Amino acid sequence: MNWRRAGIAAAFVVPVVYIFSRGMKTDPREIPSPLPGNPAPPFALSVFAPGQPPLQRPIGDTVRLADLKGRVVVLNFWASWCLACRDEHTGLSAVAREYTGKPVQFVGSLYQDTPGNGTQWIAEMGGQSYPSVNDPKALTAIDYGLYGVPETFFIAADGKIARKITGPAPPQVVRHIIDSLLTTSGSQ
Amino acid sequence: MIRVVRRVLVPLALVFAAQGAQAQVRNDSTPRTTGDSALEARTSAVAAQLRCPVCQGLSIQDSPSELAQSMRSLVRDQLAQGKTPDQVKAYFVSKYGEWILLSPAPHGFNLLAYAIPLLIVLGGGALIVLAVRRWTAAAPETPPV
Repeated sequence: MNWRRAGIAAAFVVPVVYIFSRGMKTDPREIPSPLPGNPAPPFALSVFAPGQPPLQRPIGDTVRLADLKGRVVVLNFWASWCLACRDEHTGLSAVAREYTGKPVQFVGSLYQDTPGNGTQWIAEMGGQSYPSVNDPKALTAIDYGLYGVPETFFIAADGKIARKITGPAPPQVVRHIIDSLLTTSGSQ
Repeated sequence: MIRVVRRVLVPLALVFAAQGAQAQVRNDSTPRTTGDSALEARTSAVAAQLRCPVCQGLSIQDSPSELAQSMRSLVRDQLAQGKTPDQVKAYFVSKYGEWILLSPAPHGFNLLAYAIPLLIVLGGGALIVLAVRRWTAAAPETPPV
């Protein structure tokens, strides 16, 4: 065997195999977010869709993250043109109802859309239990490192982002995350 | 002859007309600028280094998407507020991670992206030199006439 040739071949092949094996383990569509574990970016956004009793907020009311400290906040970015948002809508709305009376606040944030379209979409979907706010110019969305909808952020009672779900949020996963955050905040 | 004109020139004329109309639409949809050419130049320079999150391999400077436009105006606002280009890029990195930079920062694993092309060029050059030496050394002597 020619060891010199084998060495040269290995010098080229080993790094290529290493890089490919590293790449195979990651989802190229998944953008790693640096936000979980860090304080949630503050926002103050105006309600355009009030939600339903007992979770409703008046239209025009400002939802401030600072006012929600001590509660688990579920911030869901959505749009009327987003097909995947239809998949999660009913489930999210139902889970929000289940946590009525508990220190949990669901907030929908409209992304790259108009409040008129958003209101019409909610009506077509049979209503939404929790309020939705408008995010003009998508500044809050950018502050949360959003790259598409739907995306759902779970903000713990201490104001830090605990988890993020990219794509439709399955109700059982949402329940599980909220329960674990409620347990954590209760034990503190 | 008339058939050739109909079959070839008329479709070509239609294609050029459609392209002209498309260019007109693009010009009309170009975002308005502030009129401060120095700020616009700095905005373009920073925006060209930031990846559009909803596109495939486009910068927010080149992408016509609404999100890219919002990000571009945020870049402009932050520069107008007195932030340096590095501070603006650091803001986007803090939100999206290093993924948002079209050129990865030259440290850690990212260094491979810079080193591999150089290694390939050097390795290729060395192979060519070795091959040429071997060929010239092995060339048979021309027989005497």
